[in-house]
Amino acid sequence: MKKLFTISILVIALALVLIGCQKAAEPAEPSSGSQNEVLSGNITIAGSTSVQPLAEQLAQIFMEKNQGVRIDVQGGGSSVGVQSAHEGVADIGTSSRELKNEEKPYNLKEFVIAKDGIAVIVNSGNQAVSELTLEQVKKIFTGQVTNWKEVGGADAKITVVNREEGSGTRGAFEEIVLGKDKFVENAIIQPSTGAVKQTVSTDPNAIGYISMGSLDNSVKGVKVEGAEPTSENVVNGSYKISRPFLMLTKEEPQGAVKAFLDFIFSPEGQNIVGQEFIKVR
Amino acid sequence: MRSYERWIQFILFVCAITAVLTVLVIAFFIFKEGLPVMLEKGVLSFVANSHWAPLSGSFGIRNMIIGSIQVTLGAIILGVPIGLACAVYLAEIAGKRLSKTIRSGIELLAGIPSVVYGFFGLSVLVPFLRAHFTGNGFSVLAGSIILAIMILPTVVSISETSIRSVPKEYKSGSLALGASHWQTIYRVIIPAARSGIVASVILGMGRAIGETMAVIMVTGNVTTMAKSVFDPVRTLTGNIAIEMGYAAGDHRSALFATGVVLFVFIMILNLMATYFSRKVGEIK
Repeated sequence: MKKLFTISILVIALALVLIGCQKAAEPAEPSSGSQNEVLSGNITIAGSTSVQPLAEQLAQIFMEKNQGVRIDVQGGGSSVGVQSAHEGVADIGTSSRELKNEEKPYNLKEFVIAKDGIAVIVNSGNQAVSELTLEQVKKIFTGQVTNWKEVGGADAKITVVNREEGSGTRGAFEEIVLGKDKFVENAIIQPSTGAVKQTVSTDPNAIGYISMGSLDNSVKGVKVEGAEPTSENVVNGSYKISRPFLMLTKEEPQGAVKAFLDFIFSPEGQNIVGQEFIKVR
Repeated sequence: MRSYERWIQFILFVCAITAVLTVLVIAFFIFKEGLPVMLEKGVLSFVANSHWAPLSGSFGIRNMIIGSIQVTLGAIILGVPIGLACAVYLAEIAGKRLSKTIRSGIELLAGIPSVVYGFFGLSVLVPFLRAHFTGNGFSVLAGSIILAIMILPTVVSISETSIRSVPKEYKSGSLALGASHWQTIYRVIIPAARSGIVASVILGMGRAIGETMAVIMVTGNVTTMAKSVFDPVRTLTGNIAIEMGYAAGDHRSALFATGVVLFVFIMILNLMATYFSRKVGEIK
């Protein structure tokens, strides 16, 4: 009786192992039985962590439509994206900033797939402040301005809410607004867009920044240099705190890579872009 | 029959060793990833430098070490008296049915996910502190209050067990000498259960120092040092969790090195707890 028990355990274990093997073997089937005229190949995408979630989403939907194509999306940062496109390590490099001068000679093919604006947000109850200059935003985030009355608001200490070091939004904000200067050290750090919004929406004296796609009624997006934080103003260039999402290829794209880029610029692809970022077509 | 038992023994052995191996593998991994950058920058400078700006190559976690200690101490100061009082009440004063109800309530506290504590803190506690005290609410105090609640189950259950394990003779002896119930509690029972209570406090400290999510949400996570309980602060665990998502290269290693420091802290606390709980046995 007890032997039977042991044996049955062994049989179950064996069965589980076999099931495991079978699962692992499954994905090989579609590629081996590739049908005629179906797009196939592997695409490697590497680069900006800001572009990564969007690229992953686009890749997933593209792969559902084209079963023969496998797209692998990795992070690494914009510089890594430019380098890997240049060195051919990745088929597509991504960047969430314009190419630097020293990167221009690589002669990469550039595709602006989306634009991202960063909204500067304050508490909805902050009536007095609805417009700031780029210089004022910079002074607040570097700690040179610490009281709202210095920028036309009430007499109250400003609570600066910042993102964590390494965040793509923080990197872009730092590059566009701060330049070489450093963030004020005693700013509250919140590790996500949601947490920044939550903080700003509950603290009447808070200021923070979030990706424009996440802007909603819980907080107030201030005008920067007179321009409202809207998609139109990013596209026409009047809203200054914005950045492009680039996809870079070494050669003129072909095959699966071309199909993928075409998909991104198709209405369907741009609708996915538009869910969180700003469409370019 | 015998071979069957040997099989069972073997399976149990594998299960037991798995737990130990997991700890070893994790420890090995943390040290392997974290030590190089620590040694490169100098262990002392890593631990004593107060400037943390990993993207510009400055790795100093002194403020986070102090932050962890501040928040944990605050939690102990707020949580232990309440926890101990609760344990005494449950073990000595409350009737059976009442103590059962209270105990299950406290055990329920242990089952609440830490992110829920954090969200509660962020939406209720932080605005409350902002409205009634100085500062913007994100503070050492907010973290300590949340953690004090979170360590209650640990402190209460272990303290209660150790109070209950005090031999009945002590109590009857004390009462026979004419001491009141309250005098017996604080002059005889608590001192006799001392080491178990200390162990509960140390385990509570371990829980507090290791807590991450709830703390991140309410402490503000600045990299500067808090000069008062109303200042924001960043803990060691917070440092890892906040920056982990994007870190690469040296930055990532520095976060593992933060993990090494945390690991050492927890090891010390656990050794202390083991030492004290061994003493509990000696009383019997």
